[in-house]
Amino acid sequence: MTTTTPPVAAGTQDETPTTRASRVRKRLNSRTATLVAIVIAVVWTIPTFGLFVSSLRPENQIKTTGWWTFFRDPEFTLQNYQDVLFGQSSGSGQLANYFVNSLVITLPSVLFPLAFAAMAAYALAWINFRGRDWVYIAIFALQIVPLQMALVPLLSFFSRGVSLGGVTLMPAWNLDGAQNFAQVWFAHTCFALPFAVYLLHNFVSQLPGDLMEAARVDGATHPKIFRTIVLPLIAPALAAFGIFQFLWVWNDLLVALIFAGGSDVTAPLTVRLAELAGTRGNEWQRLTAGAFVSIVVPLIVFLSLQRYFVRGLLAGSVKG
Amino acid sequence: MAISARPRQALAIAGAIGLALSATACGTGSSSNSGSNNADSAECAPYEKYQGHDGKTVTIYSSIRDLEADRLAESWKQFEDCTGITINHEGSGEFEAQLPVRVDGGNAPDLAFIPQPGLLARFAERNQLKPASADTKAMAEENYPADWLKYSTVNGTFYGAPLGSNVKSFVWYSPKMFQEKGWTVPTTWEEMIKLSDTIADSGTKPWCAGIESGEATGWPATDWIEDVMLRTQTPEVYDQWTTHQIPFNDPRVAEALDRAGTILKNEKYVNGGFGGVRSIATTAFQEAGVPITQGKCALHRQASFYANQWPEGTRVAEDGDVFAFYFPAIDPAKGKPVLGGGEFVTAFNDRPEVQAVQTYLASGEHANSRAKIGDWVSANNKVDLANVANPIDKLSVEILQDDSSVFRFDGSDLMPAAVGAGTFWKGMVEWINGGNTASVLQGIESSWK
Amino acid sequence: MNFDFAEQSPKLMMLLWGLIAFAVVVGGLLVLLDAVPAFFARRREARLVAASASGAPLPGRSRSREGLFATFFLLPTILLLMIGLVVPALRTTLLSFMDGGSQNFVGLDNYRWMFADDAIVRVLLNTLIWVTLVPLVATSIGLLYAVLVDKARMEAVAKSLIFMPMAISFVGASIIWKFVYAYRGEGEEQIGLLNQIVVSLGGEPRQWLLDSPLNTLLLIVIMVWIQAGFAMVVLSAAIKAIPADIVEAARLDGVSPWQMFAQITLPSIRPALIVVVVTISIATLKVFDIVRTSTNGNYDTSVIANEMYNQAFRYGQNGQGSALAVFLFVLVVPIVIFQIRNIRQQRREG
Repeated sequence: MTTTTPPVAAGTQDETPTTRASRVRKRLNSRTATLVAIVIAVVWTIPTFGLFVSSLRPENQIKTTGWWTFFRDPEFTLQNYQDVLFGQSSGSGQLANYFVNSLVITLPSVLFPLAFAAMAAYALAWINFRGRDWVYIAIFALQIVPLQMALVPLLSFFSRGVSLGGVTLMPAWNLDGAQNFAQVWFAHTCFALPFAVYLLHNFVSQLPGDLMEAARVDGATHPKIFRTIVLPLIAPALAAFGIFQFLWVWNDLLVALIFAGGSDVTAPLTVRLAELAGTRGNEWQRLTAGAFVSIVVPLIVFLSLQRYFVRGLLAGSVKG
Repeated sequence: MAISARPRQALAIAGAIGLALSATACGTGSSSNSGSNNADSAECAPYEKYQGHDGKTVTIYSSIRDLEADRLAESWKQFEDCTGITINHEGSGEFEAQLPVRVDGGNAPDLAFIPQPGLLARFAERNQLKPASADTKAMAEENYPADWLKYSTVNGTFYGAPLGSNVKSFVWYSPKMFQEKGWTVPTTWEEMIKLSDTIADSGTKPWCAGIESGEATGWPATDWIEDVMLRTQTPEVYDQWTTHQIPFNDPRVAEALDRAGTILKNEKYVNGGFGGVRSIATTAFQEAGVPITQGKCALHRQASFYANQWPEGTRVAEDGDVFAFYFPAIDPAKGKPVLGGGEFVTAFNDRPEVQAVQTYLASGEHANSRAKIGDWVSANNKVDLANVANPIDKLSVEILQDDSSVFRFDGSDLMPAAVGAGTFWKGMVEWINGGNTASVLQGIESSWK
Repeated sequence: MNFDFAEQSPKLMMLLWGLIAFAVVVGGLLVLLDAVPAFFARRREARLVAASASGAPLPGRSRSREGLFATFFLLPTILLLMIGLVVPALRTTLLSFMDGGSQNFVGLDNYRWMFADDAIVRVLLNTLIWVTLVPLVATSIGLLYAVLVDKARMEAVAKSLIFMPMAISFVGASIIWKFVYAYRGEGEEQIGLLNQIVVSLGGEPRQWLLDSPLNTLLLIVIMVWIQAGFAMVVLSAAIKAIPADIVEAARLDGVSPWQMFAQITLPSIRPALIVVVVTISIATLKVFDIVRTSTNGNYDTSVIANEMYNQAFRYGQNGQGSALAVFLFVLVVPIVIFQIRNIRQQRREG
């Protein structure tokens, strides 16, 4: 999914003639703006920062004093990270193993809904067929179905298959070991689709109609328009959904617990981190370090997908 | 959980070299250590009766995880080696919520360690459990007191033996602090109250408590009430209460609440190191006893498993930093009541290898094998005290094996989940937070249908 | 770390299979779609030639062919939704008329139970507060921040600071905030940030999570903290999608930043704004992890989804849990109606 549209130079010329007064006001404005932004950023970061400081403190200290006392009286340890990464228990000796599992679960679970939803969104926005608005509304409304309510029927679909009046329409999947990943992909894809279709539909339907019309006059078919025009243009939306779906899957515990089968062959990082606290939560200080171990990958994904949010991506090709 | 790492490794290397496309065929990875079967050696003699299931796999689901899960896996390692049965254990913190989903979804584990007889009864009544085999039943009857077995018997059918246990009737204290201040361990309720007053007069709040436990918030308070109930009333009344033969707002229950309230809701007594009475509601149970190590509180009523919650470096022993004494009886005429809990090994499949594992887990061999590894208590009467190293575990096993003890299971685990894990917990939170006894009990009673 | 690469190979192989399946399914659909119409087009052309030879009128662009395309584009989505969500939704509705063990029909008992309970009124009210405040506050902050840092120096870093809470799970976020709200008695050393601030300003420490209705607001803060990042990302993408020439023209006209925001930015990102508000509203209706982890619904903080989870998964009361879920379906109806009106309007404009 690479964009072929040349990035348009952003409007950076600031040579607009302005009076002195307005220049002063502008500077003031930008100063307040910066201040407000910094305040929000600080407020938003402090809780996480506190957790980070806690993760570097010894167990006793975390449980008896506030994290800010760290700066007055720094007592620093990497024990929590050591526990999380190398662990005392045999299972935790291979955190990398769970990283791989998470990755294997996440990639297809992002790609499938992305592609299916993009196609559906295009069809719902630009193909003229009867009842399309109702199909769209129905898909939209499915967002409200709580995931928890879908677990039992979907699990039954995998483990018992589908039969109607004694006739087997679909046999049970009977997966084993690493094959269980397929169930997880399937489940994540199902659950992601309503939101994906909704989000992408909004972007796709905003595309200028004359663009489509022009392509159609040139004899382009729907698949061709979809591939060559629509996909590149909605790259920011795809990136945005990609990020959210990645996060959702990466942080998911519920779907993984039910469908991944729980053994160390398929269990993702979240399952392992949830175990780290011990049977009665007596080692919960490890969770502080665990949170930071698992946050790294989503942050990298976010930073690397950021470049798809390019100003003026549309302007280059539309309404020139 | 990395049970069969070595054979799998060889297999996987073969895959990496170039048999790449066979991945789907060799993905299982866990049922492949049948080659390491050395059934004929002398060590394997005790496992002879479980033979004949070489190469089979049994899956177990429980709420036991991390270090304890590793120890469990270690405890049946020899059984696996000798019988060729592979046991795949999975522990989850979401066990109680996930197990019904898996069962309803047709993906039940072979065995589950269920800590709530109430949940066990629910599965049994919906015909989702398999009755224990005759072998399992005989083994269980031989090794466990009848007091325990009735909790896994539903409508006359026996579903499985207990595994681990814990004793809840303990008060934690600091032997060091007691010695310094010249206090003595109380053996009666009056002595305990007198001691509390002495400590309170010395300027320290004697008791600390905490009932916050995430979605299970409230359970430590229910243990308190049950323990007191078992002391103010006869065990028979306790049974009537947990089975709803007397209403939840019976005056006798109210009396137990009020009695517990003389400690828990007494601003003079609580909450050492944390604040006033209401701070009990928001204090995590894991941290609730910690002020004892800082001298900010002297007494903390909590189960034997609290031994693992102390900060690292705290010595748990009769002459150490912390230890526990038996929560004293109120009326000595009612004997030595003991409140406790544990998990039951129940089966969702009746394949022979599943039954073999179920029987083995009820045996003295397993109980001792697990006890030797440490930090474990069981009501199994074959447990040799010499195998129990930890002093608090030793004390627990002694109490459980003591003939004068009257054992009763944690009442909230016996009630239907909607009460025992729902309104009872919530009611206790409300009660601590200022709710009055009558209206709290009335609320719980009306939720029990 | 004894990490054994060979051990990972079956999984990586499975991943490879997954990616191949992806390529085959998606690529296959698109290729098929290209090939099939081309085939029909050739036949049609042949027919056209024949028709023009016989002097009949030319047929228009066929509507049924559009339908064929639509079917193929929608097929995977609809199939998966049927299995994964439609069937479960119908099943839930059915279960809501049955008892806790899903054995017998009980009619409307579960719904009667729902409305007979006094506590449920409180739960409804709380849900209403959540669904009003969270979308409003989270979207406002997300929008404000997106506008403020747009084109600023270190934009990527600034954005990832707000985004970070999203990368933490709901449960993790609740644990973080439980730390912030933690309480120790007066005179004790505080370990919660909020109480530390209060104490250092000379106040008395408070039990934040115990007092209603403040506690509900404090739980809402957690949700806002998480969702502002979502709002910021989507709105920032929308702001960046505003055609540069429009912005340029406005700037040449010398409009103030405020006018720029009100007259250019806001109207241009209106669709994205709706997406954000609607999505956060629905997510808020469904949220239960925050309440469950922080208070488990004690102290008058419960919301419908939390009750639903408890009933269906912890208490074994499938009927009552399902009835609450159906009630959630009903609550989303206003949003659906809004969406229908929205799409009608779009059609009229377009």
